[in-house]
Amino acid sequence: MSEKKNDRTPPEAEPLRAERIKLLIVDDEVGYVNVLSNRLRKRNVDVTKSFSGTEGIQVLRRHDFDVAVLDLKMEDMDGIEVLKIFKKMDPEMAVIMLTGHGSEMAAKEGIEYGAFDYLLKPCELEELLAKIKEACQKKIKI
Amino acid sequence: MNKNKRLKNPYYQSLIRKMALIVIIVSFTPLVMASCLILDYFHSSYHEKVYAHLGELVQKHQQNIDGFLTERLSNIRFLANSYDFEELSDESFLQNKLTVLQQDYGTVFEDLGVVNEKGLQVAYAGPFKLEKAEYSKADWFKKAMNSRYFISDVFMGLRGQPHFIVSVKSKWQGEWWILRATINFLEFNSLVENLRIGKTGFAFILNREKEFQTKLLIGSISDKKHYMDHFFEAAKVGNKGIHIVEKKDEFGNMKIYVGAFLKNNEWLLVCQQNTTDAFFDLNRVRKIGAVIFLLGGLGIISTAYLMSRRMVNRIATADKEKEMMNQQVIETGKLATIGELAAGIAHEINNPVAIMVEEAGWIEDLLEEEEFKEGENLNEFKRALKQIHTQGGRCKEITFKLLSFARKTDSRAEDVQVNDLIEEVVALSAQRARYGKVLINENLEKDLPFINISQSEMQQVFLNLINNACDAMEKKGGTIEIKTQLAGDYVEVEIADNGPGIAKANLARIFDPFFTTKPVGKGTGLGLSICYGIINKIGGKIDVRSVLDVGTTFRILLPLKKEKAQHTL
Repeated sequence: MSEKKNDRTPPEAEPLRAERIKLLIVDDEVGYVNVLSNRLRKRNVDVTKSFSGTEGIQVLRRHDFDVAVLDLKMEDMDGIEVLKIFKKMDPEMAVIMLTGHGSEMAAKEGIEYGAFDYLLKPCELEELLAKIKEACQKKIKI
Repeated sequence: MNKNKRLKNPYYQSLIRKMALIVIIVSFTPLVMASCLILDYFHSSYHEKVYAHLGELVQKHQQNIDGFLTERLSNIRFLANSYDFEELSDESFLQNKLTVLQQDYGTVFEDLGVVNEKGLQVAYAGPFKLEKAEYSKADWFKKAMNSRYFISDVFMGLRGQPHFIVSVKSKWQGEWWILRATINFLEFNSLVENLRIGKTGFAFILNREKEFQTKLLIGSISDKKHYMDHFFEAAKVGNKGIHIVEKKDEFGNMKIYVGAFLKNNEWLLVCQQNTTDAFFDLNRVRKIGAVIFLLGGLGIISTAYLMSRRMVNRIATADKEKEMMNQQVIETGKLATIGELAAGIAHEINNPVAIMVEEAGWIEDLLEEEEFKEGENLNEFKRALKQIHTQGGRCKEITFKLLSFARKTDSRAEDVQVNDLIEEVVALSAQRARYGKVLINENLEKDLPFINISQSEMQQVFLNLINNACDAMEKKGGTIEIKTQLAGDYVEVEIADNGPGIAKANLARIFDPFFTTKPVGKGTGLGLSICYGIINKIGGKIDVRSVLDVGTTFRILLPLKKEKAQHTL
């Protein structure tokens, strides 16, 4: 199934956007952020890593991103708070939330604050990629 | 039927036996002791009484007979002393004296005779022709010559009839002579015959040679001679008085012999009576006692058995109820703690697993590059990575289930008709049930109020319970009974199977996460934990009753929302 998606997604992404998607990952799980960014870069996504809520906010001050992937459970800041700040700083940036199983309520709250969607962590890479592309397309349409 | 089946349990059987035994022992011991004591006391005192009575009777007769003999002797002695040999030798005079005696004493005196020193009867008065009879060779004569007064044993003599002789020896003109009288045997016999006791008691007299001195009743006695030895032996020791002997005769009947010596210990008066006759009252009392004892004993035994049976039945019922009660208690506190712990672990494990899976994915990505395309072990790498992916998926599944059990809030609740939900789930399980030869019966109360729950979660609960029931009855098949009904503020759902039941030890743990009786790899042990989590979250209750070899019943109570209930009603 993943191979199928693999075949399909890259050609889909190409004609829509000449530029690579600029993505910000905010998650305090270093190992996860690293491997995720590696794999996404391999799939032609321009990934910027940040390992805490505060770091994410700082990065966003200096750069623009199409999409942000935001972990809702971080040590320094609550994911929802980060989301609110993100939305203030860049209302156009789509935010995809990552949440643990069993705390979907927080994710639903996030959608009310303007998040694009949420995914349960750990998620399939292809699923995440598809979601990122979907969010990106929506942003372009807007 | 159920009751009897329960009582057939060896534990309860032995309980019944023990209880009955204790009651029987406790009741019988004093009963037997008291009975024995009373019987023994009664027996000995009654024996004493009977012996005393018999002894007294015999003693009286002994005195009577002795008196009779002495009196007869003194009659003769009076004659011998009053008249001399010459006078008495006159037969008419002698006849005259006999007539006087017979007038005074009836036919006791049969005849009179005067015998000289040589044994020749010089004079005779009586009905027989015994004048000039020669007695010198007669036994009695020899004995009579040896003592002054003599009473002979009974003998036939010259006349050929039983009789005995009373004689007095006197001296006249330097020569001894004897005055003798014959005592009518029948007259004497009547004295003894009077001594009759009860139905079987009668008396007789024996001499030292153990010859009967009295007439005997026909068939009453055959040969008792050697028994009489006892009396003679007893007489040697006691010499005087009454001797009582209990002996078996040749027919095996116990008899009492009461003996007393007469005539200077020459004769023995024996009174015999069957013990059954003598102790008739005692035996009757014994029989009545035995019957009372038997009936009482029967009563005690049957009461003991019935009572213990009833008691044990109560105990069995109580045990069963207790068992049921035990089974229904779910340690909610423990479950909550375990749930939180499990959720914590699941969270912690989630991230490392996610990283591992992603790293594996990254390697997969890298393997796509040209430099590795020619790699010798490329396929092996790919397979291993896929395996990591798969196993990572399994971990993820488990952590998801754990979190489902523990999660506090989730899923959109909506108004649901429980019956519809159950029918959907039953339809889903129908295929599986058919394979397992499991029949699913629905007994759903119509027009149940709607309940505000998450449809998918409720489905999960029902599916889980039905699947478990099917698993339990996999081998033998069976029936699942699904019942819904309104119970106060709750909708009650019962899912009952008639499978093998759950062992008591397991029952307490079935809602614990990771507790499973299924083989490794077949079950995660989370199904019921999740059900519990779901039901608990919406404020419902779930409990289980199970009896081995009878079946298991899960009962779920789903709370109605008050205003909603009113609304739908």
